[in-house]
Amino acid sequence: MSVEHVVSFDRRSFMKVATGVITGVIAATSPLAALVPSRAWAVDLGALTDAQGAALLAMIRTIAPHDALDSAAYALVVAALDKDAAASAAVKSDLLTGITTLGVGFAQSPESARIAQLKAIESSAFFQGVRVKTLLVLYNNPIAFAHFGYEGEAFSKGGYLFRGFNDLKWLPEVPLADSGPMPV
Amino acid sequence: MAQFDLNDDSVAVIIGSGAGGGTMAHELTRRGIKVVLLEAGGRLTPADFSQDPGAAFGQLTWLDPRTQSGTWDAAKTSPNMPAWHCKTLGGTTVHWTAATPRLQRYEMEARSTYGDVPGTSLVDWPIDHSELKRWYVLAEKRMGVTRRHGMPGMPACNNFKVMYAGARKIGYKRVHTNYLAINTKARDGRGGCIQQGFCSQGCKTAAKWSTLYTEIPRAEATGHLDLRTRSFATRIEHDVAGRANAVIYRDSQGNEQRQKARLVCVAGNAIETARLLLLSDSARFPKGLANGSDQVGRNYCHHLTSFIWGVFDQPVYAWRGATLAGVVEDENIHNPTRGFVGGYHLELVALDLPTLPLVGMPYGWGRGFTDLIDNYRNLAGMLINGEDMPQANNRITLSSTGKDANGLPVAHIHCDDHPNDIALRNHARQQGTKMYEAIGARQVVTSPGSVATHQMGTARMSKDPSQGVTNPYGRSHEVPNLFMSDGSVLSTPGAANPTLTIVSLALRQAEHITKEMAAGRV
Repeated sequence: MSVEHVVSFDRRSFMKVATGVITGVIAATSPLAALVPSRAWAVDLGALTDAQGAALLAMIRTIAPHDALDSAAYALVVAALDKDAAASAAVKSDLLTGITTLGVGFAQSPESARIAQLKAIESSAFFQGVRVKTLLVLYNNPIAFAHFGYEGEAFSKGGYLFRGFNDLKWLPEVPLADSGPMPV
Repeated sequence: MAQFDLNDDSVAVIIGSGAGGGTMAHELTRRGIKVVLLEAGGRLTPADFSQDPGAAFGQLTWLDPRTQSGTWDAAKTSPNMPAWHCKTLGGTTVHWTAATPRLQRYEMEARSTYGDVPGTSLVDWPIDHSELKRWYVLAEKRMGVTRRHGMPGMPACNNFKVMYAGARKIGYKRVHTNYLAINTKARDGRGGCIQQGFCSQGCKTAAKWSTLYTEIPRAEATGHLDLRTRSFATRIEHDVAGRANAVIYRDSQGNEQRQKARLVCVAGNAIETARLLLLSDSARFPKGLANGSDQVGRNYCHHLTSFIWGVFDQPVYAWRGATLAGVVEDENIHNPTRGFVGGYHLELVALDLPTLPLVGMPYGWGRGFTDLIDNYRNLAGMLINGEDMPQANNRITLSSTGKDANGLPVAHIHCDDHPNDIALRNHARQQGTKMYEAIGARQVVTSPGSVATHQMGTARMSKDPSQGVTNPYGRSHEVPNLFMSDGSVLSTPGAANPTLTIVSLALRQAEHITKEMAAGRV
């Protein structure tokens, strides 16, 4: 699920009508502001309603809570689940059934209540499916990379050889005999 | 490139193009022997390697289904994919992390050194350590290994500075930037490492040795190689005398083909090698080809693993730099006072952000799970690589439930931890934890054993034919022109990452085959 699924909220009127939508606003000071087309963002859903999307978003935030990580990253996981549901009636049916097991008001309930509810369904295929999708999508997009400080591939920049692979200064340097010289 | 007729029964057929098969293809063709090389995957070039970790995984990995059982951690942590290797030209040498330690003498004399360890099927190797050492030197010179034969060591990356400080603090002495088949200077037509940290996604600079861009193109240049990619071997046939005489495979169009053969080398990675032999049963070999001893698929070993993450107050940026450029060798000894036989390496490791939560952490969710990821910048990492005990019932069989795209049963992997395995892994976790705590880690997290990346032992070499599948040259005890040329032949696993040993044995086997062919014995 790529970051291109996060679109400008203003641009939505030009797009085909979706079933549901997740929206948010990125803080003006956030480094993420450069990664998305507009501070006011939206992720369109093809199979899920607004309420179902919101319930899943709350579930994913409970599974992988990073308080300062923008909701746009979590919305990408919802979008990935929504895409799978839109492609298969059976998957959609399972997902919708699963969402009902979260109960009414799940998205609005406090974290402790959400944890208790998820513990009760932890062994279900629904919970495990959402958990695995979260691991696959939440940490593999530019929003997460920027948030956690991961610099990603470096081939396109000449590697890390001259870009900090050995810049740690809070421990002693390693003797040459146990390491090797910088290439000349 | 040569094209040989399907009915040409003078060719050697090699199945698989990784460390063993790719090396074998070069070694035979450079001596003028005609080779048909069957590779299940397609051909990529370094320019094709994706730099998106998820996409790279999909591009390189053997994704055919497998079933599994047993008490080993992979059954829980990675139930749908208990083993991780490649399906692409060059095999697992495309995604390997290039660590090339040698086996120690005590490891090759495991049964004699460790004694009768109940529940194990330990044997001694049928080759002396000094004999293998000769071939290690040739393999290292071929591949280009750091800290050997004039190749400079890797410079110390941030992650290694942490490993080094911690290891020295608790008294370890044999700590260095590892033996790696990665150029640290331009050599053999390939450049030096630029410390990308994307070893497992395929090395885009080709500084890391892989048969994809070394052995295989050289084999092609001889004019004696007929390379057939996207060609999946499904059966080895034999004649009335019990000699292998043809390989059945599905070609790139999905059509079944039958290539006649003078001899066959199987190098499908130990799981698929065993599966292919088991699929090749016949009236003469009712338990599978070359399986009169009932040892095919048994004694499966995979090395004991666990990630150890130290969380520090200051940044490490562990992802910058060659993935495995560090090792602690002090525990690669036999010292039963530690409470177990055999030994282990502590190897440097980093995981890219997307991969860390998928394979590098204990199961969990919620705040306890995400704390570690929140500290991603400040993590230092290492990976245990320990000797596991061969057990007769740790084995590859044909799955009774899973089928592949051709309708053939997939491999079933059964693996139980031996008490020695558990004791060794716990000791290694404690030592790794001590290292990080000694230099001020505020938290240390260890993972369960993850997906198996080293597959060994399923057609092991044995002096006594009843205890294995192949002789000291990887040649079937029963089928004289059938050879295993991959990690399946390792008699025991030791604690050494297996690729260097596989390449060394392939070089040795190629010389043996050449002499035997000249003498008319194969």
